[in-house]
Amino acid sequence: MTARVLPVMPPLPKVLRRDAPLPRLRLSLWHGVALAGFVVLTAMAADAATEPAPRAGVLAVLVRWSPLLLRGFGFNILISFMAMAIGTVLGAFLGLGLVSLRRPARALAWVLTEFFRNAPWLVLLFFMIYMLPFRIQIGPLSIALPDWVKAVIGLGLPVMANVAEVMRGAVQSIHPGQWEAAESLGFSRNQQLWQIILPQCIKRMIPPWMNLYAILVMGTTLASIVGVNDVVTLAGQVQAAEGGRTDLLVPLYGYVLLLFFIYCYPIARLTQRLERRYAVRI
Amino acid sequence: MPRGFDPPTGWTPDQPLVAIEDVHKSFGEVEVLKGVSLTVRKGEVACIIGPSGSGKSTLIRCVNALVPFQKGSIKVLGIEVNDPHLDKLRLRKHVGMVFQQYNLFPHRTALENVMMAPVQVLKRPRAEAEAEAYALLKKVRLEGKEHAYPGELSGGQQQRVAIARSLAMHPDAMLFDEVTAALDPETVKEVLIAIRQLAEEGMTCILVTHEMGFAREVCNHVYFTDRGVIVEHGPPAEFFAAPRDPRTQAFLSQIL
Repeated sequence: MTARVLPVMPPLPKVLRRDAPLPRLRLSLWHGVALAGFVVLTAMAADAATEPAPRAGVLAVLVRWSPLLLRGFGFNILISFMAMAIGTVLGAFLGLGLVSLRRPARALAWVLTEFFRNAPWLVLLFFMIYMLPFRIQIGPLSIALPDWVKAVIGLGLPVMANVAEVMRGAVQSIHPGQWEAAESLGFSRNQQLWQIILPQCIKRMIPPWMNLYAILVMGTTLASIVGVNDVVTLAGQVQAAEGGRTDLLVPLYGYVLLLFFIYCYPIARLTQRLERRYAVRI
Repeated sequence: MPRGFDPPTGWTPDQPLVAIEDVHKSFGEVEVLKGVSLTVRKGEVACIIGPSGSGKSTLIRCVNALVPFQKGSIKVLGIEVNDPHLDKLRLRKHVGMVFQQYNLFPHRTALENVMMAPVQVLKRPRAEAEAEAYALLKKVRLEGKEHAYPGELSGGQQQRVAIARSLAMHPDAMLFDEVTAALDPETVKEVLIAIRQLAEEGMTCILVTHEMGFAREVCNHVYFTDRGVIVEHGPPAEFFAAPRDPRTQAFLSQIL
């Protein structure tokens, strides 16, 4: 048998990497154009396939319901912001726990991280929806917990675990010589971490953190299953309001896809750019 | 009395500044130091040479408590290093260390690298620390590079920043751990010049090195280690001219 070359690309030498275009597939603008074209085409096809009955064209329906759908999408963004904020703050603490010198702290952080990193997001969401009360009573103060708040918490937990893991990886990727140098200059453990190690970590954490955010944005659509009025729920309601027209289904959800693409595409591009920039510096 | 040397330890200038006595160190099952003793007086330059894996680096890491050791004693200005209640900060104010890989902080400029520890560890006023950092960088001939990041400097330049960074703590002794081993041959010299200048100013130095020419010219005393023990030592003139132990002879014949 003749030896075959594995179809895997070897890593490029560092010198080439900076400006040379990477010979791999990347998200680019024409993918978005193709997606938009797909929405229009399916809309036109749907129109052509049905009788020219006294009802609105698919594109006209999309335009008419756009304000509602966009408001729903805004809600997705809001949920993603809040879940990311909660997850990042909690995850930063959890990440510090993962690199703690204290064994019990490390063990606890490890259990939490592994649990929430390896539980399906949807199951966590259902769990939060049914476990959390719809109202919390703290003394005289009564805080309502609507479903979307529960969804934020449910999505924030896996984000937390992933941020913690990103942080642990970043801390461990710093050369041990950095700790030694700081130690031999008399820095305390806290100073070493906050002044020398973490500032270097933040740079390395930004690309995976943004990547996580893009995944979270797409994950917010899970909230529709637990009854939050996000863009997917609303798309269903639009279809129902139009009398359950089946010709609407493909263009309608294509439109929702397009919204997510328009939002996530710049994030993906920025992540790639930062990845490339930071790959060279340190 | 050295600067910042407050609590009395009974040390007087007629005693060795660094006194290493019968130090044993194991990493798990592997014993890397098997009873090493040596003394360095104030203003002396000691060179430790030997094949790789002979425990040279481990030995000088023991001196500033970067690695703990199991048995024996190291006293720096009378401070016992092998003490579970050792005040490491106090020890490290007296001992500076320079590493093979420079280990500069990549997110800070050369100047910031030099002034960080004086400001944050010694709590010195910023302006004062900054003025001194400029002077120290000038001393290691890096004028004009103050605001460069480590990534923008050559290996030799980075290593000189690392030397300035250690000096900013006003140490009484300096440890150099194979500081030229990772450098390009053409930048080795500029680093050695900086170390030689320090030695001539009377800085107490312990060097782990493979630069035999440098050891011969600058050191007061050469120690040859092999498999965790000091095989032979003496003033460089005698040591290099007439090594007595067969292991030393074999090593020198390979390297010279």
